[in-house]
Amino acid sequence: MPTKTDILDLYFMDSRAKLLDIASYLDRLDRHEGETDFRQDGFLAALQTMLETKENRAAAVLNTLSDHSTVPEDSATIQVAYGAPQTK
Amino acid sequence: MHYIEPHAHMVSRTTADYQQLAIAGCAALCEPAFWAGYDRASAQGFYDYYRQLTEYEPARAAKFGIPHYCWLCINPKESEDAGFAREVLQIIPEFIDKPNVLGIGEIGLNKNTKSELAIFEEHVEMAKKYDLPILIHTPHLEDKLKGTKLIIDSLKNANVDPARVVIDHVEEHTAGIVLDAGFWAGMTLYPESKCTAARAIDMLETFGMENIWMNSACDWGISDPLAVVKCALEMRKRQHTFKTVQKVIFENPARFLQQCKNFKLPETP
Repeated sequence: MPTKTDILDLYFMDSRAKLLDIASYLDRLDRHEGETDFRQDGFLAALQTMLETKENRAAAVLNTLSDHSTVPEDSATIQVAYGAPQTK
Repeated sequence: MHYIEPHAHMVSRTTADYQQLAIAGCAALCEPAFWAGYDRASAQGFYDYYRQLTEYEPARAAKFGIPHYCWLCINPKESEDAGFAREVLQIIPEFIDKPNVLGIGEIGLNKNTKSELAIFEEHVEMAKKYDLPILIHTPHLEDKLKGTKLIIDSLKNANVDPARVVIDHVEEHTAGIVLDAGFWAGMTLYPESKCTAARAIDMLETFGMENIWMNSACDWGISDPLAVVKCALEMRKRQHTFKTVQKVIFENPARFLQQCKNFKLPETP
């Protein structure tokens, strides 16, 4: 099994770059006019979840970005998914 | 290294992609029926698609020595109109005895609607009637968790043998639900929106190497036909043995697919 140093060697630079992408994405949103929507609400909630969770962080983030209702929808008005649950 | 690509939408790919797959060691590939990127205007459109899956693609793959198999269904994105979906369902039995057909798939849910669920259940009944394994598509993004739970509940109600069902596109929040219920799990490696190689290996390390496979999907979206072998390389970087890699990319899919009466274990070096 790889050590923590092996994992750092493999993934630190890539994760650092992705972290900077997230930081610049947040700045980019702030710089531009208009309002954000439920997607950004979900994104910020997921960021918070990631920081507060101590294990299984990926599952926790995905759960935060999931629809937790249990009853089938009456019909579909769209075919696509947005990546974050809409407030109903 | 040799491997099985268990989920590839080759109708969306060029012949050069078949060449690359052969060079990379693809020993067999399986193509589920799915959405074409647009809604087909008539049931006849599906008739032509099933001919493509059972006649044209096997011939195209054979030019590169790759056995091509397929799964048949009407996909959940086009199942919202239940009347239309039932017209298409009536066509499927005509193709079930074709020599490269593995089973029913990829059926499932897209927006988790009542109509999608009804058509899913009718597909399951067809699979039971013809004694065929099932390959399942789970919804993407925010709809995946709910859809996975609805699908598993439905399969349990239908008394389907979970060992003959693979539930695809699992992620960290659904893999455990699927495997704990006795189903096979598929991880789809995708440059965008689904699962990276690093995350797929995390799931293998977390949930174990049994009853799980990896696939590229390589559909009409931004996708990579070589995603499985690239993930195998990543596994080697993570110090997994050749034996473990071979188990995940060849032996596991072979073990599931050997439940399909038309599947033949491919010749390997």
